[in-house]
Amino acid sequence: MSLLDYFRISKVSSASVAKERLQILVAHERSSRNQPSYLPQLQKELLEVIQKYINVGQDAISVSFEQDEDQETLELNIVLPDLHAKNT
Amino acid sequence: MARIIVVTSGKGGVGKTTTSAAIAMGLAKKGHKTAVIDFDVGLRNLDLIMGCERRVVYDFVNVINGEAKLNQALIQDKNCKNLSILPASQTRDKDALSQEGVGRVLDELKKDFEYIVCDSPAGIEKGAHLAMYFADDAFVVTNPEVSSVRDSDRMLGLLASKSRRAEQNEEPIKEYLLLSRYSPDRVKLGEMLSVDDVQDILSLHLLGVIPESKSVLNASNSGTPVILDEKSDAGQAYADIVARYLGEERPHRFIDDKKGFFRKLFGSK
Repeated sequence: MSLLDYFRISKVSSASVAKERLQILVAHERSSRNQPSYLPQLQKELLEVIQKYINVGQDAISVSFEQDEDQETLELNIVLPDLHAKNT
Repeated sequence: MARIIVVTSGKGGVGKTTTSAAIAMGLAKKGHKTAVIDFDVGLRNLDLIMGCERRVVYDFVNVINGEAKLNQALIQDKNCKNLSILPASQTRDKDALSQEGVGRVLDELKKDFEYIVCDSPAGIEKGAHLAMYFADDAFVVTNPEVSSVRDSDRMLGLLASKSRRAEQNEEPIKEYLLLSRYSPDRVKLGEMLSVDDVQDILSLHLLGVIPESKSVLNASNSGTPVILDEKSDAGQAYADIVARYLGEERPHRFIDDKKGFFRKLFGSK
């Protein structure tokens, strides 16, 4: 730190950027940490089965796992295609 | 009852071996019989940091495989008779360690020692896993830097799920934060994450801050744990950490920039 630093125009500090990026990342990684390891495979296989019957994209299905004190919940969400927009 | 301490971080180069050597020496100097084990099979370095590299005859893997007795492999430290070092094998690969074998050696060490310090290798592979598996306490060494903080958080997840205590539903491993290579002047300039920033993210009990210090390289050059350099800032920081771990009250140091006004003005390191 030298004399010149005192006259430098203050900008957003790199440390605060680092903290913000870390907070977002760590929160995301923690939420996926407690998920069972079979989840990605389950999601992939479910999608394959659904695609046999319905024309849905890769992102039409979401599987989430939640855990609280006395129960574990597996939530499956499938977004069906809009019937009016598509006629196959 | 002996306590097993793992020194871990996930990321490499943050100061695990420096810390293992320093705290093992610190505990021994406080009168506790202490053993320090190098789990970095194939890339051993604890022997070099402890200055006993020329006295290694047998190693951890030899003991696990029954090729040597534990007391043949243990090296008594030249500075402190309460301290013994169990070096890693340099020639085997990390699959030479087995959970059963490591558990057996730790059980034997527990009969003779009060503290067993496990110096974990970097990463989350077998060596790192076995270093933390049997631990009672974890010293998470973190640098105030994004990749190190992220990897520490990942290690915390593993400590809470993949350790013996977790698997057997015992009281969880006690986790402590050791923030190393800290530069208060850079924190003040907004160039480095502060102690508070890191604690906000990791929510860990802070055992101590180790400042970025020339004394660490000097200590490793000569093969003496930095804690023996009692005049150095890093040496004092480790002495504080050991004292706090043993339950003494010590105010935190090396967090604030202590440089004088004139030195700041004219810039010096």
